[in-house]
Amino acid sequence: MTAPRRQRRHPAPQPPSPSAEEGDGKIPERLYVVAGPAGDRADLDLVTLIVANGRPSPSATPEQTTVMRLCAAPLSVAELSAYLSLPYSSVTVLLTELLVAELVQARAPIVRQALPDRNLLEAVMHGLQRL
Amino acid sequence: MDSNGSDTLHGPRTTDRLPQSAEAAAKIVIVGGFGVGKTTMVGAVSEIRPLTTEETMTQAGLGVDDDYGSETKTATTVAMDFGRISITEQLVLYLFGTPGQERFWFLWNGLFEGALGAVVLVDTRRLEVSFDVMGRLEERGVPFVVAVNSFPDAPRYPLEDLRVALDLADEIPIVECDARRRASSRDVLLTLTRFLHSLALTGALT
Repeated sequence: MTAPRRQRRHPAPQPPSPSAEEGDGKIPERLYVVAGPAGDRADLDLVTLIVANGRPSPSATPEQTTVMRLCAAPLSVAELSAYLSLPYSSVTVLLTELLVAELVQARAPIVRQALPDRNLLEAVMHGLQRL
Repeated sequence: MDSNGSDTLHGPRTTDRLPQSAEAAAKIVIVGGFGVGKTTMVGAVSEIRPLTTEETMTQAGLGVDDDYGSETKTATTVAMDFGRISITEQLVLYLFGTPGQERFWFLWNGLFEGALGAVVLVDTRRLEVSFDVMGRLEERGVPFVVAVNSFPDAPRYPLEDLRVALDLADEIPIVECDARRRASSRDVLLTLTRFLHSLALTGALT
């Protein structure tokens, strides 16, 4: 076979932390809802599920009302980004406001851990087998 | 709420709503070069029509890749398609199709690190486009499997030859698939999940 060959790599001792670069104050140019500095954002994953606490009040901003209506049932941050046609970082700014005001709640994602949850993986396997 | 016939999505269709009991979600990343079939695979297994999320990357130094379009040198908008599978009434799995040849995806904090694992989707006609992303997954300790999307006109090689060409460790599964088919794409995800489970059993997952 004449295909090019790859060389395996190994875990770096200490990978650079991308989080250090995140809050450098540069505002994405497509941001249209701004609430406070980037450093104040809630720690939200693409798959954090957001649920509204009840119905939007008449005093809510149009953006807040839209998000709360979308989140009447649990919805991930990624889906919110898609339905709102807003970049992920803009959605996290909007959601931070709503979380601080306790208008929505966040259900934390399951992330890969040093001690993985075998029960979780077994549930995923069973779920996939039913597809 | 629902507006059929419009290009703009205003919200989830009633049938696309998750139950209130949905407590937590996990994600798997499907990564590969342009046109390798990531979105096809996501769409084949997703219970919702694939959606698109995007992010504006403003990191300095990314400008070297950015000699197209009208964005400034330091701002690049990148998009990825994703889908969803409800595992139980409480647990939801999201699948993200990510263009791995573009290194700025690795600046998206938590996209890969938080994922349960990754599927590297390869096309035997352009094997080398996946080299860099595989290296990056290895460096970050993200477990992955390799799925070879069987395009009708692509050369077929024995999987063991591909394993050598990709310098894959013996324990990493490599499988063939047809990303257009639901069962085949599901089997790739099952291969990944079984691999993760085996790593969990041996305590090798870090």
